[in-house]
Amino acid sequence: MLYGAILFSHGDLGVDVNWITDYYLQVLMLAGINIIVTIGLNLINGFTGQFSIGQAGFMAIGAYLTAMLAKLVIPLDTLSLIAQIPAFLGILVIAGAAAGAVGYLIGLPSLRLKGDYLAIVTLAFGEVVRSIIRSSDEIAASLKGWGLSNLAEVIEGIGGPRGFGGFPKFDSLTVGVLSIPILFTLVFVLTGLTVIVTRNIVYSSYGRSCLSVRGNEVAAEVAGVNSTRTKVLAFTFSGFFAGVGGGLFAFVIRFLHPDNFSFLKSIDYLIFLYAGGMGSLSGSIISASSLTVLPEFLRVVGFEQWRLVVYPLLLIALMVWWPSGLMGNREFAFLAAPAKGLPEVLDVTDQEPEHVV
Amino acid sequence: MSVPQGGYWRTLAWAGGLGSVLVLSSWWYIATYGLTVFLQQLINGLQRGSIYALVALGFTMVYGIIELINFAHGDIFMFGAYIAAFVGGALLSQGYWVAFFAALVASMVVTALLGVLIERVAYRPLRYKARFSALTTAMGVSIFLENFFALPPHAVPFPLNYVVFGPNYIRFPDLLNVQYYSYGGIYFTTLHIMDFVLAILLMLLLVYFIHYTLIGKAMRAVAFDKDGAKLMGINVDWTIAATFAIGSGLAAASGLMYGMTYGILASPYFGIFPGLQAFIAAVLGGIGIIPGAVLGGFLMGVSETFATSINSNLGYMISFLILIVVLLFKPAGLLGRWRREKV
Repeated sequence: MLYGAILFSHGDLGVDVNWITDYYLQVLMLAGINIIVTIGLNLINGFTGQFSIGQAGFMAIGAYLTAMLAKLVIPLDTLSLIAQIPAFLGILVIAGAAAGAVGYLIGLPSLRLKGDYLAIVTLAFGEVVRSIIRSSDEIAASLKGWGLSNLAEVIEGIGGPRGFGGFPKFDSLTVGVLSIPILFTLVFVLTGLTVIVTRNIVYSSYGRSCLSVRGNEVAAEVAGVNSTRTKVLAFTFSGFFAGVGGGLFAFVIRFLHPDNFSFLKSIDYLIFLYAGGMGSLSGSIISASSLTVLPEFLRVVGFEQWRLVVYPLLLIALMVWWPSGLMGNREFAFLAAPAKGLPEVLDVTDQEPEHVV
Repeated sequence: MSVPQGGYWRTLAWAGGLGSVLVLSSWWYIATYGLTVFLQQLINGLQRGSIYALVALGFTMVYGIIELINFAHGDIFMFGAYIAAFVGGALLSQGYWVAFFAALVASMVVTALLGVLIERVAYRPLRYKARFSALTTAMGVSIFLENFFALPPHAVPFPLNYVVFGPNYIRFPDLLNVQYYSYGGIYFTTLHIMDFVLAILLMLLLVYFIHYTLIGKAMRAVAFDKDGAKLMGINVDWTIAATFAIGSGLAAASGLMYGMTYGILASPYFGIFPGLQAFIAAVLGGIGIIPGAVLGGFLMGVSETFATSINSNLGYMISFLILIVVLLFKPAGLLGRWRREKV
């Protein structure tokens, strides 16, 4: 419905729907991206019971790779609009796959590390990625010293601490009276696709093994679940989604800076996930979208100064009075378990956690 | 909060391995930059390390007792530094030592109260709930403290405009008569000595407190087993509140040291990075283990100083790299013991 309104507002209908400006469009696109990344995080933290706080690192990889490919390798602005879209999707998939591969590597230490120790390794990973991007000029300089000037030029292009901008832009496509904002449509479709794919992952046999690893890893092993493979795969999927989200983020914001992908960005996604409820796709969707819009809403209604003060207070109140998150581990009907005798999603949020007596 | 355990030989092997890495890297540094620079950076690193160690202590104590990563700890550190700046600046006319000790005591007390308040409001209601909910409120508290205290005073209503710090930097008052010493080409100031001495004193005080007082004993008991402690008649709520008070007080003391050392408090957001470093220090030493936090803090401070002197990006990265490498080989931190899961 909202999407329909956006389509019309950009078209020449003679109807004045100017409340949907580019600003609103951008907020909505960010909400979509946040849904994608939060759902990816949910696969690790929510469904597999691991603890990753380095999602921004995967996003940074996806974003920078997308931007590099789209600007330097396959210059999107030289293509026609029809060719742009598949090229962009291809680039997104490549960037996502790269982030997923890195996720696989990060998943490997999860064989040895547990809980908070794993968390801090993922955090460290995110910060190392950021530092490497920030020192790209020095890397380029040393590459030049080794005689790899072509590669050095590409590396220099990502700008390090100066930031990386000037990507090709998607225009709107006009079909009759409708004007379709291409990028918004892409974000919209990919968000929906992510939700459906994740739902299918969660209710596949692999998803069941994730839940069993979350419930009790030793018991899962005894029951024949390869917990190593399960955990590493969860990191891979999660890295992929974060990479795709990062790629879209690059094109929505159109300017990348390493500080966009700091530890605080990862914290944002943890908040989205936990406020929505761990192990609930519906919760991730609701909270990622509403908590993205909320600070902007507070800005619009005149709480400009106070929005980042009110936002954490609401979050604390939500957690104190509603500790399992908005949805707990319930799902909307269209995301619920298929009826064929599968059990409801394992209930972990209500049971006594093993660490706290 | 337990004493590090483990086989004698294994400990020795680890100490040997770590020692040889340290010796090799210092040898490389001396060969490249000279001995004087090396000693100078070592002194600076120990100074920074004593700040990190105190913050990490608070972190590790809170973790040890309720297994919560207190994301707000860096902001508590920030709060302590600001309080010290205000109290010290107001009392500067009374003389250096009066201002210094008044700032120290006042900031420790006020920050301890803030820590207790945070625990009461944001963490206690969730103590018996799933772990992630307390973690989320910790992040919420962190964002709140940063953004609330960064509100510009003219933009907030009456009683609060005396509370907020504003988004701009403030200069930290000189609370000591800083003397400059030089010994064989190595420069150091009163601040180097004061930071180090203060950190060591507070650590000794903490060790005494935990091991030889009744409430310290209660803290160890609660950390070991909350239900058991309750059955023994220990007031668990009070004990946890006391832990928060002590941890926050230590953070305030290190905030004061930070302010005196660097002379400027950039904005209410400046606690994020030291907080992160302290978190890493605590995990590196073995989270929940008090000597581990001290070891990790000094290791972080020294390595960061050395790496920054080579390249500023490396200085930011080095702590994370060390952490990843150490945890790959020793998954429970340097002094922690890997507990095999029992079925």
